[in-house]
This record gives sequence, structure tokens and C-alpha cells, in this order.
Amino acid sequence: MTESASSRFVFDPSSNRAQSWWRRLIPQRWYAHLILIISVVIITFPMFYALLISTQSNPEVYNHKFTPGSMFFENLRTVMVQRNMGRFMLNSFVIAMSIAVGKTVMSVLAGLGLVYFRYPGKWIVFGFVLITLIMPGDVLLIALYRRVVSFDAWPHPYVALTLPLLASATGVFIFRQHFMTMPPDLSEAAQLDGASPMQFLFRVLIPLSWNTIGALMVIMFLFGWNQFLWPLILLRDQNLQVVQWGMQSLTQNVEVGDNFGPMMMGVIITSLPPMIIFLILQRQFMKGFALTRDK
Amino acid sequence: MEEIAYIVHPIVVTLAGAVLGALYFAFLRWQTQIGNLRASLIVGAIAGALGATMLTAPLGYCMFQGDQSSEDVIVGWIMVLLGLLLTLNIGSTVLWRYFRGQRLLPRGDTTPGAFRGRFGLVYAMAVLSPTILVLIYFVYLPMFDTLRFSTFLARFGAPRTRFICVSNFSRMLSDLDYHSNLFLSFALSFGIIIIAMSLALLIASMLNQPIRGANIYRTLLIWPYAISPIVAGSIFGLLLGTESGIVNRVFGLLFGVKVPWLVTVPAAQISVVLASVWNVIGFNILFYTAGLQTIPKDLLESASIDGASAWQRFARITFPLLSPFTFFLIVTNTIYAFFDTFGLIFVLTRGGPTESTFTAMYRVYVTGILASDIGKSTAQSLILFLIVVGITIFQFRVGQRRVQYGNY
Repeated sequence: MTESASSRFVFDPSSNRAQSWWRRLIPQRWYAHLILIISVVIITFPMFYALLISTQSNPEVYNHKFTPGSMFFENLRTVMVQRNMGRFMLNSFVIAMSIAVGKTVMSVLAGLGLVYFRYPGKWIVFGFVLITLIMPGDVLLIALYRRVVSFDAWPHPYVALTLPLLASATGVFIFRQHFMTMPPDLSEAAQLDGASPMQFLFRVLIPLSWNTIGALMVIMFLFGWNQFLWPLILLRDQNLQVVQWGMQSLTQNVEVGDNFGPMMMGVIITSLPPMIIFLILQRQFMKGFALTRDK
Repeated sequence: MEEIAYIVHPIVVTLAGAVLGALYFAFLRWQTQIGNLRASLIVGAIAGALGATMLTAPLGYCMFQGDQSSEDVIVGWIMVLLGLLLTLNIGSTVLWRYFRGQRLLPRGDTTPGAFRGRFGLVYAMAVLSPTILVLIYFVYLPMFDTLRFSTFLARFGAPRTRFICVSNFSRMLSDLDYHSNLFLSFALSFGIIIIAMSLALLIASMLNQPIRGANIYRTLLIWPYAISPIVAGSIFGLLLGTESGIVNRVFGLLFGVKVPWLVTVPAAQISVVLASVWNVIGFNILFYTAGLQTIPKDLLESASIDGASAWQRFARITFPLLSPFTFFLIVTNTIYAFFDTFGLIFVLTRGGPTESTFTAMYRVYVTGILASDIGKSTAQSLILFLIVVGITIFQFRVGQRRVQYGNY
């Protein structure tokens, strides 16, 4: 959003009035700044405090020192090497990327099938997909777990982990809506040029959908990265566990003398990848959901 | 063959459903003054009979048999009621659409610009099949399994299962621990909705003002959206520790007390609410910001010219127009409180002290995975499923009506 774009919306009956010199020193709508600054401080404080603690040793934590400690690299080494978090992060990255890419590809294809073809009973297919929104994975957890473990020919535990999560009613819904807002002239023109549906998808639809794809990828990556309960019960081999599992294992022995420093170092490194992706794709994310004023 | 003794005979159940359905449809006929009374009575009776039997008949009306406890009979009547809710709603919707001369089914083929050619269906099925196959195998079949196992005595590791009718449900009626788990889940969603949504609305309203640096503020405020519940729980475990926590340090300096946040009863539950609020508030700010931008500015300007105060503009224009976003957030926050708080509680309190922070989902995990009781835990999962269905219907029904009122 640019200042000029937003200034069109400024409506302030008092703006013509002559202002005294001290009014000009205080920014307009100071109360908004005040509330926002307080909110930013409260909302970001826990993370900054975690960052601070991640550099400290236990005595420093209990003395509530507000200066960075000397244990940063020590804590980092403890967490990444001794507590195996490097491995867990790699595992989670593989899982989250598979889920994000798989869900997006399948949703794009399903959206194509629900918009660009004529066949009877299309609404039944859409309803069949959409109604799964009321069956969240957590409700099905026990039955799904039983079904997945009763099949013992999985090529890799991660296939058993990710495959059940690959269908996305939300993704199908978003792409269907998105494709339906596209002008029909696009596919008419593509058909006149003799393009197949797949050529139309790759040459026309996907280049016009990057914002939606980006937004969905962010959501799905976060969904995959934050998986905890499903891997917790499914994965037997601890070396295959995910980063959220590694994070909770860091919190387990704090009372009996383990350090807060490594625990908060875990918090920082667990949160870094999703936050980086969130920041990089923030524009796509906002645009995909039409969040910015200059659409 | 020996006659089975029933406490309530299946014919009585079916007739009760038929009578209730006919009465309800007659009431609708009287209320709307549309349609044919005889047709509504007949369809109502059929829908009622179907509703009363659709959940009880597949189990062979076992809950109404003579050897069942009174709790089983109560569960049976609840199942009759749920079935009636479903069939009477669908039946009345379809019948009154017919009375009004509207289409009974949505048009299948509304897309201009669809690809021509004889292989449309084949091509469409090919691109849809990955999604549909995964949904059938990993969503629909587990849903069916959940329904089936909830009537079984079944354990992980034990090959034998036994049909026990609705005992898994009827035992819940007297299971006070499970009641308090459900109550905590509802209280948690209530606390999250009240606190996180009102704060988010306040913050989003401020973000929506034409101020410098709104984009920077927005980025700094919505990032907790990217934080996992496990991480949120870990951070709050540090902040709220009795000796180590910075919160108690401040409390000690200000009031001279140290609150044992995570290990005493009301404080542990408050801690869970605080951590959850922090975890979801970014998401709520995100969607309220989006919602505020859909509100036409000229409407607010003309109200302002007519002399409406800022509060009046908010209460009469902004808040009603935001209602679709409010209902969406109520649903997502409830889902968060019921399901996603599992990880947060897992690291923050481990359900303690004395199971006081067990949510209904935590109970499913403990019963199903730790205690290996498939039957009981799938029955508990079905209660969660009913709650999800309930809030979804709430969103559609209440949400859409409010939106229509809001369409000035």
C-alpha cells in the first residue's frame, strides 16, 4: 500500500482547522500508533525474550538478566548436534515441502477438473470434496492410524505420513473459485489455438495463478511444518521424527536440571523456517487473499 | 426363534419419528403459507420415520432392547433426535424449494469456456482422481471406521473385537472426567474467542487507519500465525515458570507474590488460555484486516457527514458488515481450541495438574493411543465430529442470515 493510495481514504473533518504547533509535533492519529506499538511490544516480547534466553546459561535465566549471555554457540551446538535438531529440521522440511507441493498440485488439477469440463453431476463431485471440511484429521486420528499401520508395505514411513494429508478441500475450493473468476475468453482463445487442457493449464492458468499458488503454499507448508500429533503416534524410529517432536523433547527435562537456553534455542530454530517463508511470500500471501488495498 | 424383548419397540420409534416429522412440516406449512398441506404431511412423516431409524436401525435397535441400561435408551433417543434433525432439515429444504418452483439440484454445468470434446468426463476424472482417491481412502473410509469402531469393544494389538451396541457412548453420560474435559474445551474456545477476537478487532481497526508504517505494523503483528502450538507452549512454559519465569519476577516486584502458574488449578487453565490467545491472535488480526478492507469507505464517510460518532459508525456499519469474518473466525478459533491446542498443552502442562487441562482432544489421545482403547476413543472422536458439524451449521445458518441483514 502506498501513501497516495491510502490518502484517498483519509477523511478527517478537522484537518482544515489551523493546528497549534504542538499538535503538529504529535503524529496524526497518535492513539492508533500508541495502541499498535503497545500491541507490537506485547506480541513480539515472548519471541524476543526467547531469543535472549537462547544465548544464556541457566543461572543467567534465573537471575533474569536482560543482556545477551555467552552461551549462544554452546546452546546452538547442544541443540543441533547433541539433541539431533538438525536432523529433525531436515525431516520436517522434506515432509512439509512434500505436503505443500503435493497438496497444491492436486488442488490445481482438481480445480481444473471442476471448472473447465462439462459433465453431468459436477456438483456431486464438488460436494464430495467440500463435505470433507467437516471431517478434520484429528477427528479421524484413531481410525486413520489403525488403517495406516494395518498396511505394512509402505515404501517409507514418510509416505504413510504424508499421503493421507495430500487431499485438500480448502485448496480445491480456493482454486475452483479462482478459476471461475477468470474470463471465459481465455479458454475459448486457447481452444481456438488448438491447445489441450494441459497446455492451457501450464501456459495460461498457472502463470495467472502465482499469487493463489503462493498463498496456498505458505498455508500448506506451515501445516506440514507444524505437524506434531500425527508423526508423534505414527513414527516409531526417533531418527525419523519431526522438528515439533524434537522441540517438545527439549522441554521435557527442564525441571530436573536441563537448561532453558537450549530449549529457547530450539524455539528459535523451529520458528525460523516458517517465519522466513512467511516473510518472503508475504506479498503473494496477502495478494492471494486480496488483503492489500491496491489490488 | 425367540422374540426379542424391547424396552421401546422399533415400531414405536419409527411412528414417533413419523408423527414428529408430520407435525414439524405442518408447522412449516402454517408458518410459510406456501405449498400443499397433504404433501407436506406425507413427506414430513416419511422424513421423520427415516430420521428416527437412520442411526438406530443399522445397529439393529440394540439400544432399545430389554437387556440394555437406561443410559443406552437415552443414547438411543439422542440418536433418534440427531437423525431427525438431519432428515427434517434436508427434507424441508428440498420440499419447500419444490413448492417455490426452484431447482431441486444445482446446475451441473454452468461454466462458460469449458473445453469442448467428447472426453470431458474422462479428462475431468483423470485430473480429479488423485484428490478423490486420497479422500476416499484416507478420509471417508476412516470416517466409516470411526462410526463402526465406536460401537465395538476393540483394542490396539488385540485381534478380537466385540459389538457392544452404544455402551461406549452411554458410559460417557456418567463419565464425570470426560464431562470436565469437554467443558474445558468449550471454556477454552469461549476464552479464546472473547479475548483473541476482540483484541484482534481492536488492533485491526487501528491498522486500518491511514497511518504511516501500517504495513510494518501489520507484519510485526500477524507473524505469530507462523508459530506452532508446540513453540507457543514452550515459550509460555519459560515465561510462566514459578521460579524461572519473567512474569513471576514482575509479579514479585509489583505485588510481592509468585503465582504457581502451571501447577495449580485455575492458574494452569488461565495459562493455557493466555498461550492460546497469543498463538491465534495473528491469524485473527490477518482476517479482520482483510475484512475491514472490504467495507466501502464512502459509506463510512457519508455516515460521518450525517453526524455519526466514531463509535456509532463502528457499531452500526463496520461491525455488522464484518459479521461474515466474525463467524468465520468463531469457527476457526473453536477448531483451534478443540484440536490445535493439543501440542500447546502437551508441552505447557502435559494435561496437568491432575488432568485439569485435559481437553477433549487430549482425552482422545490418552484413551486411544496411550490406553489403546479404540472403541472408547473413536466414540469420543465422534463427539468432537458432532461439535465440528454443529459449529459449521451454526456458521452457515446464523452467518448467512446476518450477512443478508448486513447487505444494506
